[in-house]
Amino acid sequence: MVTPVIQVQKLSKSFGDNSVLRHVSMDVATGETVVIIGASGSGKTTFLRCLNRLEEPSAGTVQLDGNPVVNSGSEKQIADQRSQFGFVFQRFNLFPHFSALDNVAIGPEKVRGMSKSDARALAAAELRRVHMSDHAMKRPVQLSGGQQQRVAIARALAMKPRVMLFDEPTSALDPELVQEVLDVMKELAKGGMTMVVVTHEMNFAREVADRVIYMENGRIAEESPPEILFKEPKSPGAQRFLRHLTNE
Amino acid sequence: MTIDWGIIFESVPLLGHGVVVTLQVSALASVLGLALGVVLGLCSLSHSRPLRLIVAGYVDFIRGTPLLIQIFLVFFALPALGIRFDEFWAGVVALSLNSAAFVAEVVRGGVGSIERGQSEAASAIGMRHSQILVYILLPQAYRQMVPPLTNELISLVKNSSLLSVISVYELTRAGQAIISVHFVPFEIYTLLALYYYVLIKVLSWLSGRLERKLPTW
Repeated sequence: MVTPVIQVQKLSKSFGDNSVLRHVSMDVATGETVVIIGASGSGKTTFLRCLNRLEEPSAGTVQLDGNPVVNSGSEKQIADQRSQFGFVFQRFNLFPHFSALDNVAIGPEKVRGMSKSDARALAAAELRRVHMSDHAMKRPVQLSGGQQQRVAIARALAMKPRVMLFDEPTSALDPELVQEVLDVMKELAKGGMTMVVVTHEMNFAREVADRVIYMENGRIAEESPPEILFKEPKSPGAQRFLRHLTNE
Repeated sequence: MTIDWGIIFESVPLLGHGVVVTLQVSALASVLGLALGVVLGLCSLSHSRPLRLIVAGYVDFIRGTPLLIQIFLVFFALPALGIRFDEFWAGVVALSLNSAAFVAEVVRGGVGSIERGQSEAASAIGMRHSQILVYILLPQAYRQMVPPLTNELISLVKNSSLLSVISVYELTRAGQAIISVHFVPFEIYTLLALYYYVLIKVLSWLSGRLERKLPTW
C-alpha cells in the first residue's frame, strides 16, 4: 500500500479549558484534494494550523510521508519540516516591503539557500503559474486582494511543498475577485498537487474535491465524496449547515 | 546689568570648536549606540531565554542609574580593570552604552508591534526565527522607529554636555573655559543654550525629512 502524504492520528488541541480539536484522525493520499467545511468555531482552521505546527497540538500525531512531524530537534529541522507544507492564509500575509517577485523568492533564497538569481528565476516561474508575471515588480499594496492571494500561493509553491494547505483563501476577498483565486487552485488540483482546503466555497468543493469533510465541535462529523455529502448528508449537523448555506 | 557684547562676538568662533567636538561625540555615539541597540533589541526578541535576560538586565541597569555615574564608571572605574580610554573615547563609549539600552527598547517595541501574520507567513515557508526578525519584521518597523529614535538622538546630544565633567572639550566645556577667564556666565550660558537649541532644531528637521522619505506599506 502506498503511504499517504499525511496521516493524522487522534489530533487534539485545547486552549485552556476550551478544546477545539478532539481526536481527529484522517489520511490524505498523494494528489488528493480534501475540502474541509463546517461552521466557524468548528476547528477547521486550528486543524490546518496543527498540521504544519503553526499551532502546537495538545495530543496526537501528524506524519508526513510516514515521518512524524515534531517540534523537537534543531530549529532548522523544524523549519525545514514546516516548509514541506505550503500554507495559504485567509489574509494573504504578503511581506509589504518586498515586490511580488521577492515575496516568492525570499523562501528559496533564505531557506533553501539558493543564489539570489536562481531564487528569482524560480519565483518568476511560480508567478507565471498563478498568472501574475505582469505584476512581478509591484508591491503588495499595489495589488488587488485576488492578485495578492495568487502571489501568496506562488510563495508557498516556490518551496516545492509536498502538500498545500489553504485556510479560507477567498474569505477576505471581494466577491468579484474570488473566482481568479479558485481558478488557480483548480489548476493546481488538476496538476496533481495534494491539497487540503478549508473553505465556504461549496461550488469549488463540489467541482474539485475528491473528498469533503464536515467538521463540528472539533470532530469530523461526516466524510464522503462531494456528490454524496452534498446530496444526502447523514449527520443532522451537516444537513443544517448545508441548508443554511443554500438559503443564503 | 550690562551685556558684554564684545565677549559674545569673541566667543562665537571659540565655541565653534566645541560644536565640532559635540557633533563628533554625538555622531560616533549615536552610530555605535544604534548598532549595539539594534543587536540588543533583536536579542531581547530571540527565543533564547538567557539572552533575553541578559539584555533585560542591561537595560534595567542603564535605566536605573544616572548617566553621570555611568560616565564616571567608564572613565574612572574601568581603568582599574585595565580598560583605559582617553576623555574623548570614554565619553563616546559611555554615551553609546547608555543610548544602546534605549534604542534596544525602541527596536523591541517597533518589531514587536508588527502584526503576527507576518511572522506566521515567514515561518510557514520555513524561515527561522532569527531570519524572520532580520528580513521580515525589522525592515517593516523602520519608519515607526524614526520618531522615538529621534528623541533618543536629541537626548544624546543634550547629554553630551555632561562630558564636560571629564574634561571633554565639547560645547559646554568650551563655554566654561571662557567663563573661567572672563567671568561672563550670563552671556556664555545663554549663548550655549542657543547653540544647543539650534543643533537640536536641525536634527529634528532632518529626522522629519527622513521619516517622510521612508516608505509606508
